[in-house]
Amino acid sequence: MEWETVIGLEVHVSLSTKSKLFSGTASEFGAEPNTQANIFDLALPGTLPVFNEEALKMAVRFGLAIGAEISKRSVFDRKNYFYPDLPKGYQVTQLDFPTVGKGALTITLEDGSERVIGVTRAHIEENAGKSVHEEFHGKSGIDLNRAGEPLLEIVSEPEIRNAQEAVAYLKKLHSIVRYLDISDAIMAQGSMRCDVNVSIRPRGEKALGTRTEIKNINSFRFVEKAIISEVHRQQELIEDGGQVIQETRRYNANKDETSSMRSKEVANDYRYFPEPDLLPVVIDDAFIEAIRIELPELPDEKKVRFTTQYNLSNYDAGVLTSTREMADFFESVSSQSSDAKLAANWVTGDLQALLNKNNWEITASPIQADRLAALILRIKDKTISGKIAKTVFEMMIEDSSPVNDIIEKNGLKQVTDSGEIEQLVDEVIANNPVQVQQFKDGKEQVLGFLVGQAMQLSQGKANPAQVKQLLRAKLA
Amino acid sequence: MIEKTAAELSSALAKGDISSVELTRAYLERIARYNYQLNAFITVCEESALKQAQTADEKRAAGDRSPLLGVPLAHKDIFCTQGVTTTCGSRMLHNFVAPYNATVVEKFSAAGAVMLGKTNMDEFAMGSSNETSFFGPVRNPWDTKRVPGGSSGGSAAAVAADLCAMATGTDTGGSIRQPAAFCGITGFKPSYGRVSRWGMIAFASSLDQAGPLSKSAEDAALMMNVMAGLDNKDSTSIDLPVEDYTATLNDSLQGLKIGIPRQHFAAGLGAEVEQAIRDALKEYEKLGATLKEVDLPNNHLSVSAYYVVAPAEASANLSRYDGVRYGYRCENPVDLEDMYKRTRSEGFGDEVKRRIMVGTYALSAGYYEAYYRKAQKIRRLIKQDFNNAFDEVDVIIGPTSPHTAFELGAKTDPVTMYLEDIYTIAVNLAGLPGISIPAGLAQGLPIGMHMVGKDFGEAQILNIAHQFQQQTDWHRRKPALGQEG
Repeated sequence: MEWETVIGLEVHVSLSTKSKLFSGTASEFGAEPNTQANIFDLALPGTLPVFNEEALKMAVRFGLAIGAEISKRSVFDRKNYFYPDLPKGYQVTQLDFPTVGKGALTITLEDGSERVIGVTRAHIEENAGKSVHEEFHGKSGIDLNRAGEPLLEIVSEPEIRNAQEAVAYLKKLHSIVRYLDISDAIMAQGSMRCDVNVSIRPRGEKALGTRTEIKNINSFRFVEKAIISEVHRQQELIEDGGQVIQETRRYNANKDETSSMRSKEVANDYRYFPEPDLLPVVIDDAFIEAIRIELPELPDEKKVRFTTQYNLSNYDAGVLTSTREMADFFESVSSQSSDAKLAANWVTGDLQALLNKNNWEITASPIQADRLAALILRIKDKTISGKIAKTVFEMMIEDSSPVNDIIEKNGLKQVTDSGEIEQLVDEVIANNPVQVQQFKDGKEQVLGFLVGQAMQLSQGKANPAQVKQLLRAKLA
Repeated sequence: MIEKTAAELSSALAKGDISSVELTRAYLERIARYNYQLNAFITVCEESALKQAQTADEKRAAGDRSPLLGVPLAHKDIFCTQGVTTTCGSRMLHNFVAPYNATVVEKFSAAGAVMLGKTNMDEFAMGSSNETSFFGPVRNPWDTKRVPGGSSGGSAAAVAADLCAMATGTDTGGSIRQPAAFCGITGFKPSYGRVSRWGMIAFASSLDQAGPLSKSAEDAALMMNVMAGLDNKDSTSIDLPVEDYTATLNDSLQGLKIGIPRQHFAAGLGAEVEQAIRDALKEYEKLGATLKEVDLPNNHLSVSAYYVVAPAEASANLSRYDGVRYGYRCENPVDLEDMYKRTRSEGFGDEVKRRIMVGTYALSAGYYEAYYRKAQKIRRLIKQDFNNAFDEVDVIIGPTSPHTAFELGAKTDPVTMYLEDIYTIAVNLAGLPGISIPAGLAQGLPIGMHMVGKDFGEAQILNIAHQFQQQTDWHRRKPALGQEG
């Protein structure tokens, strides 16, 4: 039987507000345990929440960026369950009236095709703390630094059809929240987390199959692998006459398989009810419009602009706009070198390869935009050839001195002095009598060989066009 | 001197008739003598009280004229006090010392009032007789076989027995007004949002409100001048200007329209209580007020709706007491679940556990619509009843409780106990201001008169109560305390 996969994603991004969602505590990553937890975060008796409006603005920013409905009135609810890292015994979230309603985002697949994936809603909620099991000899430690951090939970429609689309969706979401500057969205640090709902059904079937939820996957690659593995498991199970049970599963990367965490039957009854310590959040059109006019250019708009303004291919424009930092870098190189085509080639080519190899962010690139532009300018004014430029580029990684100095001190300047070139050409003619004769006999393609010989002699520094021209003149 | 009202003490202090240190010492002595009979205080802060009194006297010498400067008060043990144990009447918090002050505490401290100690209360404010306290029941100064009412029973008994000049309390369903009625003092619950809840341990967040327990309406006004006002730390506190509540106390009541709710004078009301209230209403007629019967048709639903909403909120508010971070933790838990179960089983008393279970049930999947949602609808109906009544009248007056203080242990059935608050509970559901003032005695026990005002009509209520106290002396009657200890 042919199966169709149905995937819905629930993505949590931590909003990069200066302080927590309901308390004035700072919320930076990596502080000493429990140094970023005040009396409210510890849920001391008598403490009360005060809503951080910055989180609301960020949620609205996100909503506007994906063309979503923005609720004029959103309501916080308490979600009740006991856990040591949940100090109040309830999490404050938005159940029935989330700030962001229906929206959509466009994903680009590897073959360049595009699909629109619906977003059901995005709601604001507070993070829980963290249980620490190491170092306590059979006991558990609780770190409440994270408790009360603002999260935006973005829920997709079940419209994703395979692992690649899921990853493309996540990357797009990642890109948008980074463009909007509302989250670091670093999966490894937990500032972006993903729960995946997966089910399968016979192709053509309308009803959804029973789904499982894979919790807390912390990299794009693991999302892809977890989905592939879970779909495979479900198919085998059903084809063997079994049934998928609705449950929460976890993905084990080492074994590349998912395993059961808990089934829905024993799941918590969260006993949601409106949070009486907070008033409903009411906003008006003016509030929304003020945020709309502040929206930055988003990846889709930027991509279109890059194809028209810089005459780039769809693919290059897509790569260059995948992050705002990359796009900014490109535009800086392009404007300083006045050559968009070369700038795009270098940024998507050698630079991208360098960053990938070392797992560097573009902001941490050892070669900054001004130096890459300087390198391109030297190619354009023929100081160096494109080939030598690659050597210079390699040197620039280690050597932070100006590009011109690197070229100069390594003697990489292209030889354009006609006297020097004449010497080279004479030497090549003298050393290769057979080939010279063949050329004179009309074997045109030998010229390439002779040019190559001259280039070799000059260690690549001679201007090949000049060599060619002179050879022709001498052998005419 | 200790029997005087805060207003009288304020002028005695201002005139130099007495110092705050002398006054504080007098109250501390009286507490030492009588608290063992009444059990009104859980904690007495002798040393810090005298130090605060000393500071108050120095400030006065330096020209500070704050009205409550140097006047000794007691705080209900539901308000967090930095460095002083805050138990909320529970074993769960028997050892809890807050690292911060409640806004109410902070404000009285800034006004120069002297904190004598923390008063006993029903556990987590859940009770109408002060019998649910982990620290034992409070006894009514008028008859120590009887309850003082609850949950602010310690504050009410302390004020009635002159163990302090004034006290704070909280009222979720009648917890200021009913004990005030039983103890023969003035107890005022402001409109919801008028007084900050920051640092006041939550029972039912949408109903809880702090207010004064005092020897007169004038004292309540003086206290409200300190307590009321917007607090950015409490999102439900209201951004309205705070009036000087003493400024309008003497306004004339000529033309005042008083509503008499039919439902508050129906079956179940004790004859002597009814007679006392009817007599009191005649006083108002003499002052130029007119009486009009009004209808509160949904009043009979208020206790039921309350016992869904309040326990539901409480079930979540009390989840934080899990033994993890502070407060009581059971001995030698074998695992997490064992710690949760035994900590909460051992740390909470029966009434608290009962309400947590009721609230948990009411919010459960499948029951939410039938209970919580319906209770919220009833709440809106009750508010609408009051709005309709206030289209016709300025204030609603009736009894605070159907009867006077009952004996300890007399009410063992929880529902019978819940019906204690039949006249007061609707006021919390509607968020309105309400006051109980002494209006008579029946067999030597005080009778409370209940008045309900319009939203944020604090000033008018206090004015109406004060005018009655200018004509009568019920609020001046004192219990005869028993043998000294």
